[in-house]
Amino acid sequence: MTPAFSIIFFTTASGAGYGLLFVLSLLVFDRALPAAFVLTALAVALTLVSIGLVSSTFHLGHPERAWRALTQWRSSWLSREGVAALACYGPALALGAAVAVGAPRETVIALALATGVLAAATVYCTSMIYASLKTIAAWHDRRVPALYLLLGAMSGLLLARFLLAAFALPAHGLPWVTVAIVLSAAQVKRAYWRAQAEHRSASSLGTATGLDRLGRPRVLQPAHTERNFLLKEFGFEVGRRHASRLRRLAIAFAFGVPLALAALSALPAFALPAATAAVVSAAFGLVLERWLFFAEARHTVMLYYGGAAPAPSRSVPTTGG
Amino acid sequence: MTCLPKSAPAKKLGLVIDLDICVGCQACTTSCKEWNAGGRAAPVTDYDAYGATPDGVWFNRVHGYEVEDGGSGRTVYFPRSCLHCDNAPCVTVCPTGASFKREADGIVLVDEDKCIGCKLCSWACPYGAREYDEDAGVMKKCTLCVDKIYNANLAPASRMPACVSACPTGARSFGDLGDPASGVSRLVRERGGYDLMPEQGTAPVNKYLPPRARTAEAAPLASAVNDRGHALLKWIDKVFSR
Amino acid sequence: MPSTPEPFVDTAPSVADDVQTTTCYMCACRCGIRVYLRDGQVRYIEGNPDHPVNHGVLCAKGAAGIMQHYSPARLTQPLKRIGPRGSGEFVAISWDEALTLATEWLAPLRARDPKQLAFFTGRDQSQSFTGWWAQQFGTVNYAAHGGFCSVNMAAAGLYSIGGSFWEFGEPDWEHTRYLLMFGVAEDHASNPIKRGLGQLKSRPGTKCVAINPVRTGYAAVADEWLGIRPGTDGLLIAALIHELLRAERIDWDYLVRYTNAGWLVIDAPGAADDGLFARDAEGRPLCFDLRTSSSGDALAAGSTPALVGARTLADGRSARPVFELLAARFLDAAYAPAAVADATGIAAETIARLAAEIASAALDSDFAIEQPWTDWAGRRHARMVGRPFSIHAMRGIAAHANGFHTCRLLHVLQMLLGAIDAPGSFRYKPPFPKHVPPAGTPATPGDPGLPLTRMPLGFPRGPGYLAVAADGTPQRLDKAFSWEHPLALHGMLQSVLHNAWAGDPYRIDTLFLYMANMAWNSAMNVPGTLRYLTDREADGSYRIPHVVYSDAYYSEMVAYADLVLPDTTYLERWDCISLLDRPISDADGAADAIRQPLLAPGRDVRPFQDVLLELGARLDLPNMTTEDGAPRYPGGYADYLVHHVRGKQQGPLAGWRGADGADSLVGAANPDQLERYVANGCFWREPLPESARYYKFANRDYLDYAERAGWIGSTQPVVLELYSEILQEFRLAAAGHGEHQPPDALRARLAQHFDPVPAWHAVEARHSEQDYPLYAVTQRPMHMYHSWGSQNAWLRQITSRNHLYVHDTLAERLALADDDWVWIVSPQGRVKAPIKRMQGVHPETVWTWNAIGKRRGAWGLDDAAPEATLGFLLNHLIPDMHAPDEHGRVHANADPVTGQAAWFDLRVRLEKCTAQEAGATAPEFHDVRGTHGPRGGHGPLRYGAALKGAPTGRHVAAQEVIGIHRGDGHDA
Ligand SMILES: Nc1nc2c(c(=O)[nH]1)N[C@H]1C(S)=C(S)[C@@H](COP(=O)(O)OP(=O)(O)OC[C@H]3O[C@@H](n4cnc5c(=O)[nH]c(N)nc54)[C@H](O)[C@@H]3O)O[C@H]1N2
Ligand SMILES: Nc1nc2c(c(=O)[nH]1)N[C@H]1C(S)=C(S)[C@@H](COP(=O)(O)OP(=O)(O)OC[C@H]3O[C@@H](n4cnc5c(=O)[nH]c(N)nc54)[C@H](O)[C@@H]3O)O[C@H]1N2
Ligand code: SF4
Ligand code: SF4
Ligand code: SF4
Ligand code: SF4
Ligand code: SF4
Ligand SMILES: [Mo]
Repeated sequence: MTPAFSIIFFTTASGAGYGLLFVLSLLVFDRALPAAFVLTALAVALTLVSIGLVSSTFHLGHPERAWRALTQWRSSWLSREGVAALACYGPALALGAAVAVGAPRETVIALALATGVLAAATVYCTSMIYASLKTIAAWHDRRVPALYLLLGAMSGLLLARFLLAAFALPAHGLPWVTVAIVLSAAQVKRAYWRAQAEHRSASSLGTATGLDRLGRPRVLQPAHTERNFLLKEFGFEVGRRHASRLRRLAIAFAFGVPLALAALSALPAFALPAATAAVVSAAFGLVLERWLFFAEARHTVMLYYGGAAPAPSRSVPTTGG
Repeated sequence: MTCLPKSAPAKKLGLVIDLDICVGCQACTTSCKEWNAGGRAAPVTDYDAYGATPDGVWFNRVHGYEVEDGGSGRTVYFPRSCLHCDNAPCVTVCPTGASFKREADGIVLVDEDKCIGCKLCSWACPYGAREYDEDAGVMKKCTLCVDKIYNANLAPASRMPACVSACPTGARSFGDLGDPASGVSRLVRERGGYDLMPEQGTAPVNKYLPPRARTAEAAPLASAVNDRGHALLKWIDKVFSR
Repeated sequence: MPSTPEPFVDTAPSVADDVQTTTCYMCACRCGIRVYLRDGQVRYIEGNPDHPVNHGVLCAKGAAGIMQHYSPARLTQPLKRIGPRGSGEFVAISWDEALTLATEWLAPLRARDPKQLAFFTGRDQSQSFTGWWAQQFGTVNYAAHGGFCSVNMAAAGLYSIGGSFWEFGEPDWEHTRYLLMFGVAEDHASNPIKRGLGQLKSRPGTKCVAINPVRTGYAAVADEWLGIRPGTDGLLIAALIHELLRAERIDWDYLVRYTNAGWLVIDAPGAADDGLFARDAEGRPLCFDLRTSSSGDALAAGSTPALVGARTLADGRSARPVFELLAARFLDAAYAPAAVADATGIAAETIARLAAEIASAALDSDFAIEQPWTDWAGRRHARMVGRPFSIHAMRGIAAHANGFHTCRLLHVLQMLLGAIDAPGSFRYKPPFPKHVPPAGTPATPGDPGLPLTRMPLGFPRGPGYLAVAADGTPQRLDKAFSWEHPLALHGMLQSVLHNAWAGDPYRIDTLFLYMANMAWNSAMNVPGTLRYLTDREADGSYRIPHVVYSDAYYSEMVAYADLVLPDTTYLERWDCISLLDRPISDADGAADAIRQPLLAPGRDVRPFQDVLLELGARLDLPNMTTEDGAPRYPGGYADYLVHHVRGKQQGPLAGWRGADGADSLVGAANPDQLERYVANGCFWREPLPESARYYKFANRDYLDYAERAGWIGSTQPVVLELYSEILQEFRLAAAGHGEHQPPDALRARLAQHFDPVPAWHAVEARHSEQDYPLYAVTQRPMHMYHSWGSQNAWLRQITSRNHLYVHDTLAERLALADDDWVWIVSPQGRVKAPIKRMQGVHPETVWTWNAIGKRRGAWGLDDAAPEATLGFLLNHLIPDMHAPDEHGRVHANADPVTGQAAWFDLRVRLEKCTAQEAGATAPEFHDVRGTHGPRGGHGPLRYGAALKGAPTGRHVAAQEVIGIHRGDGHDA
């Protein structure tokens, strides 16, 4: 699949935003926090979410009709994602208002939990857009929703740690929760890569054309001699060596470095610099991870053009940490 | 209408493509362009018609493959367009309702006025049958010539998909695959018509007929004459009248 | 949320204001089309279901007619060259200036020496008109493109069976059970062949075999593919003949009745009559009648000719029947399957099996059509006995220097099996068959200022009918009908430019070309040809002083013309597809057709035929002016089509003749004829009587019909010729007999190639096999027509660049992977190309698509178009002329009998390109866009946007919102 920057940016940014909303909802549930902190965290989260959503519309041919995407929630994960995303603004903004006016804690907690649930639901819907596509074996994997949720939570935790440090608030157990989540995310990603490497697609040029009845087909003439929409959209191929190098970088920046820095941020002296660096590193690592998520994915359409069966490269680098 | 019709459509209109006689001539691809250029999905844009990267919107494309079969192999041409799947994933993923499958005849269409151009349907279609019009910003696809097959403004003989009318070898047939008595259903039965990528679970309506097995071999001729001299001797008295 | 209602779908929008019929023009198949017009634009083109050629189907080109018609490469006004030839620097001039200039150039030539005008018309669909024009002008230097196309096929057929494949005949698609296809990629009968193949393959118990070094297209769907070594088909056919004779699997009855198998050939080695038919005092051929045990009239009905055995004639001469000569040749062990297997690349068992299969298909069939018929001698036959074995062949065997005999061998194979015009076999299409050879002999130069006494092209009946001077030098510029190429029936357009440049046999003043892209894909040796066009004399004048050219589009050739006469497109003019030249008949009926103007050009262009008539009037050519000097056909070509009458009241159109339109085939002019055609869908077809549809060469009903139509001069049967006396006469001349003598230097060549019994000989190897071990051939893509396809916005998206296809094993040997670049090297030069590996090709043959490579600046394409940067032509590598022979003579790269260009004799080697060399084609030529070369424009083409309904502009606004830049585009 050809990585579309707007989508990569959308899924990582809004993933982080929803992650932060989710973590914030738990923090609010856990303890009373200064209004300034909650409001700032909300602002950061909603900004990320909004930027992400807006950026996703850049991918559309008709952004002015984007509202129509809310109508088919009964069948379409994309529609559900839209509905959940918009729905999430309600409790989130209400939470902000409640905190700002000093509403009763029960109200704040209720709004926070609603926000958290909707944030998680939105990320889940996003993941299901991909995971539901049978045409792309790299996405049609039950680990994909888990990954999206874990990576969202991880981004949220890292952001929360940074904000806590910035407000000089105590982190309590948060760094250790973060370490656990980063480790599980890394573990799931590793399992995902393993599974993908093992995966043998049921589809091949033979089944795509039915010519497996006769023997082994190969491309003689493409339908057209120049590129077309399908090749532009699905024809991206990343070299195997390049991909494994990028995987290692992604692991290091998305998991390795944040893991170490999250632990380090437990030491108050290092809290702010470590948390800041962890956010920056994770942002870079996650964009890389998401880029690979696209770049390594193969669509069945490419079979018609002689592309290999939709399984990504076999190399499975070991996760750090 | 992003949900698929609840009950199976009354009719299942579709194409049957005979790979045994398709010569790869591309008549079906350009006739499709020609009808649809001014049809429901008009225009079927060409982005760089006379330039360095000729490319555009096509609802039908013909590929050429060679099949290695352990012997001398064979060459097979393979037209590819929308299969109007019964279980069309392109429809269910569509967030706007722009994609829909008609209750009446099962034709899968895009309502361009609703389409936001998210391309998700093209990701969901295993067959590459969706064609995004980069210029118009909407998804387009084979309409099964819905504005032609029922069109009372046309002569009855013209109420056929353009690609079917044009196909010079007769490799393309059109009809109701939901009706076991139809000509297309009979073809599918007799010739072992099959689905593309059945493992994708799309339940395509269009069917492909496999290339036929090659015919058996004859025994060489028995000699009637031993050599030239013998032949000339033998034939010297052959009597046939003019 | 309630379920969203299903959107409304308009299933019956109004489509057109008007639907008109006419005839397609994207190739010589000439299908009937229905053109849907809306708001003065073409909305849709579909096949005309009533039309006898295509029955409603279309090909990819025909279905892309919209883009052909609206091509940006269309010429818009007459042009006069101001820069050097090839620069493309022109000024636009008015038609009056253009015609005045042409008249100034041509009038003095006509008065002085009319053959100083060489008028060659390429892919002309109006040859009976343009040939007539040349005749009126008085120049012998006229022909269309047939010399480089398929004249071998035509000549071999016309000199053996009075017809041929191609437009002359077709397989009996409905009844045949076994089809052999030799070297066919597409052919003129594009849609009939495809329909026929589809039908044949869908009928149980049939088989179709493709013999072709390449397995694509028709060969791909064939039940069996034989990847033959190029140039060796004749050997394969000879082996089949060997097998049939050896097993005595032949149709004796047919041979005796319909061929010259029993005719006696004089056996007198060294004598002046050796190899001629023994004839009686009246000149009738003799046979040895077994019933009377004496020689008698070979043509007499009921005679029983001996087929074997030396006989002594009354005058004491010795003679042998044709059949014996034939059998003696082909029973030779040299033609046994095992003996030809290596050379042809086809296993002996396969050849033997093939022979068994075709014999069985033809002879063991119980198939007959229950239709009584009467033969030429008046004998009634209760039924038409079937021979459901057919052949179709095309340039794969024709475009070799040994192609004439290969084609003749095919006809021998057909004759032996009785498979010519029998139900289920190859069938003639009216007006064929013709007597062998057909009527009309080639013109020789006449007096200045006068028309030629006959049409320029014709059918030599022997050495006395050549267009040569007393000393044997050619009288035609192209050397057709000379001792070098005596049966060059279609002229030799491929030699015209070279010979005019070389002054061999003489210089000319004006080269007048019509729709022939001689500066590119119709030329062999393109770089050389460009030199012929641009070389100058010491005084700076061009060696070919004037070049006039008519094209409809900005092709590569336009830039080399001094005067460009822009033509209309096929939807803008009257045209006629006439029985007088290349008809569209089918085996069951004669047919012709017209084109009618459906759209106004809106450019300053004129139909070429109108222009020729006006030029003729300005030149005061006979039959083009009235007595008072006014144009004879003031209404242009349409006027001519209706009112021109020749022969016995024949005209360009055969339908609705006679003042009231009640006659057909012959009759007086009918002023309403075109209206009648239009009312009938722009075509006319008259079915043959049921009893006249088979065995036409000997069928009295057919012969009567054809004689009445003026297609043949007498109702005598057409005797199919296994043995050609005409060829033998040339051989005798070569041996010094007769009053017409060839130059000594050509005697050996004539003796070798004018074999009266078809023979296979390897194409002469002119360079070492080691240096050039590979064969290189081209194929027509089904969706492109020569060079015109690439200007079509839709067709070029399918193929805008070509690869050189290489067999896996060869690629392995040369360490080549897909998309690697190679130099293709021939003795003529080298061309750079990317390769693609495949399995279905003869392992020592490489091939590519014809005419995909384009010259920069032509066809309205961008300079960076893949056609110009990546697409390549093999033509640069194909020699037009061979190196001088031992007599210092330069011969064309052509068949010595017919002058057929030997495109497919090309031998090459491959050299892998370095990394620096890869990625762009070579050789490069400067761009020819010049001052008037059109540019197709950039940005999206939204054809049809306006036809759907009023454009809303809504999408454009949306794109602007998100700031994605798109070109301006052009709505149409
Ligand atoms: N679409 C389309 N149709 C056309 C044309 C076009 O340009 N485009 N052109 C028209 C014209 S002008 C013509 S003359 C006809 C030509 O019609 P064809 O003769 O069918 O066309 P070619 O492409 O020349 O095909 C030659 C075939 O012969 C094969 N071949 C080459 N050498 C040999 C050999 O030695 N033996 C055998 N057995 N096969 C061999 C080649 O692989 C190829 O398949 O087509 C006409 N129809
Ligand atoms: N390598 C290789 N070369 C070949 C062949 C091959 O097999 N291999 N085949 C050869 C054969 S058989 C042929 S017939 C030739 C064909 O070659 P050409 O006869 O040269 O065919 P085109 O290239 O199409 O050129 C015809 C010209 O007619 C112009 N034209 C089109 N429509 C009209 C019109 O309506 N009016 C006028 N005035 N002009 C028009 C086109 O623009 C074009 O410039 O190519 C030959 N060249
Ligand atoms: S072929 Fe593709 S576009 Fe057509 S219905 Fe099936 S899934 Fe949808
Ligand atoms: S591109 Fe259009 S039709 Fe396709 S899923 Fe998106 S909105 Fe639906
Ligand atoms: S049915 Fe109509 S739209 Fe679909 S491929 Fe055929 S011509 Fe094109
Ligand atoms: S028109 Fe018919 S024969 Fe030609 S490519 Fe299409 S399906 Fe095949
Ligand atoms: S075969 Fe195609 S291009 Fe040729 S006349 Fe017929 S429709 Fe036109
Ligand atoms: Mo040709």
